[in-house]
Amino acid sequence: MMRVLLPLPVVLPLLAAGLSMASARRRWLQRIIGITTLSVTTAVSVAILVQVDRHGPAAAFMGGWDAPVGIAVVADRLTGLMLVVGSPVLLAVLLFAIGQPGTEDEQPAFHPVYLVLAAGIGLSFLTGDLFNLFVAFEMMLTASYVLMTVGGRTDQVRTGMTYVVISLIASTLLVSMIGLIYAATGTVNMADISERMVHLPQGVRLAFALMLFVVFGIKAAVFPLFFWLPDSYPSAPTAVTAIFAGLLTKVGVYCIIRTQTLMVAPADRPIGFFLVIAALTMVVGVLGAIAQNDIKRILSFHIVSQIGYMVLGLALFTVAGVGAAILYLINQIVLKSTLLLGAGMVDHAAGSSRLAEIGGLARRFPVLGWLFLLPALSLAGVPPFSGFVAKLSVIDAGFGIGSWAAVGVALGVSVLTLYSMTKIWGGAFWGEVEVVAEPGDAVSARHGGTWPMLASTGALVVGTLALAVLAGPLFGLCERAAADLLDPAAYIQVVLR
Amino acid sequence: MSLVLALTTAILFSLGTWLLLQRRLTRIVIGLGLIGHGANLLLLQTGERRGVAPFVGSMAGKTVADPMPQALALTAIVISFGVGAFLLALAYRSWQLTGDDLVEDDLDDRRIAAALELELDDEELADQRIQTASEAAADAGGMGSNGEGGR
Repeated sequence: MMRVLLPLPVVLPLLAAGLSMASARRRWLQRIIGITTLSVTTAVSVAILVQVDRHGPAAAFMGGWDAPVGIAVVADRLTGLMLVVGSPVLLAVLLFAIGQPGTEDEQPAFHPVYLVLAAGIGLSFLTGDLFNLFVAFEMMLTASYVLMTVGGRTDQVRTGMTYVVISLIASTLLVSMIGLIYAATGTVNMADISERMVHLPQGVRLAFALMLFVVFGIKAAVFPLFFWLPDSYPSAPTAVTAIFAGLLTKVGVYCIIRTQTLMVAPADRPIGFFLVIAALTMVVGVLGAIAQNDIKRILSFHIVSQIGYMVLGLALFTVAGVGAAILYLINQIVLKSTLLLGAGMVDHAAGSSRLAEIGGLARRFPVLGWLFLLPALSLAGVPPFSGFVAKLSVIDAGFGIGSWAAVGVALGVSVLTLYSMTKIWGGAFWGEVEVVAEPGDAVSARHGGTWPMLASTGALVVGTLALAVLAGPLFGLCERAAADLLDPAAYIQVVLR
Repeated sequence: MSLVLALTTAILFSLGTWLLLQRRLTRIVIGLGLIGHGANLLLLQTGERRGVAPFVGSMAGKTVADPMPQALALTAIVISFGVGAFLLALAYRSWQLTGDDLVEDDLDDRRIAAALELELDDEELADQRIQTASEAAADAGGMGSNGEGGR
């Protein structure tokens, strides 16, 4: 059964993208195709997670060629978790885009491209082949280039250009690195590389470990490779920014976790280097956020800052540390999308997201106030929200192996995060009621957004609360996933047999 | 032979990097193209052995070339071709909108520069100045593109 299930999160959105393209003139049909496909993908993802949690990793081989010759699609617990969290977020953001005027209603290309993006993200999580990972990245990135510049406005073209050029450089580095790894090991299958890597000289192995980190670090926006992100993300349409913030950078983090645990031998992992990078990413990101005065830009800098926590968890390379990094990753996927959708609703309701121009939104739109407050508190790590649980698990894992400096930085950064959330809250939601433009329709004038916008943001807020309620079992699952990652024998065995 | 290939790869990468650091979009696009070619050439050199083309029926008893790097390079070429076309379209759009292919300064950089220039502590004032300046630029840009349309 897994042989049928595993390719579906990639194949379904791709087929649907074709159908959606063919029905470019019927927007209602495109909407039905998009929502149905992503709902089915969500169901398939849940099925995959349940299966791999019960029976261990599973693999399917494309075109009937066994690995390492054929391309393998592999799922273990980490893949399953990523799919289960990613697919509903994709669905909720699509719903938001449908509800938000000016996002997809004037753009026939939006739905097909969005589905290609979903397929690219799914393939990045599922593939067991390094070159296929490059192809998945290109699918995802090409779709993201189009989504980012879809309006063709001056600021979108300017920032889109930076984004495209940076991504292209990262892709070229990735493909060069794959070439070098192939020259050294004679394979591009990740499980096979993992087995052959140990026979290489130590210097070469260390070089590959660092190159893998740099290549995926550009995508994940770690210090000092993050500079493109806060500039380019805010200028895309809000729904697009939400999915970029929630999933695209996190695919980079997923690839770092996957490659560093699977392909780099325990003795070669540059742990001290990772800890320094993690601390710098947290600090520089949050300081950038404090200096900003536009909600979307503040949140974009927070994306960078939060990546630091995940790298910190990973850098410990213990079951508790990697498990905490995975829990943090899951949390951030939901939280960042929710917060940026909230920022989109502020933009829609008040006509601007610049703190100087708006105010008093909590009194004017109480529902919107709650939809922003809950995830904001969670991001800052206030108990009992999910962000607190995730931060606690990272910090606890840090104490576990006694890296006091990194833990201290993490605690300091979370105080600064709280400060910048109160800045948004004080600037946009408290004070005198101030808006730049009134929303056009009646529902928006009362609640701050149209029904699909309210429903999708509300659903994601409920999702973040559910992550807090289910934190116990979820952390257990994350730790099992981490144990799999740190001992990849089962993964390698299921691919190579 | 492989030394020549290696040197060519190195030259392509270094020229591409130099072009990427320029401020004109056309140069950046050409730079990316050169680096892409460098990467493809690198892929081709990773093959384990040389020999006859690996077609079914024609390779009995002969040494066969490693087909893998060729497949990888072909895929990479197709992808970089598509993305290159998109990049050119974006550069053209940028030229349409601004009448220029220089990469503009970052908004934040300009804000900080303006604040320093006016010796203002108040960033908001500098902010307003930038806004009026960019509105003026947008007006000028709009007129420029109208002019293009009329020609």
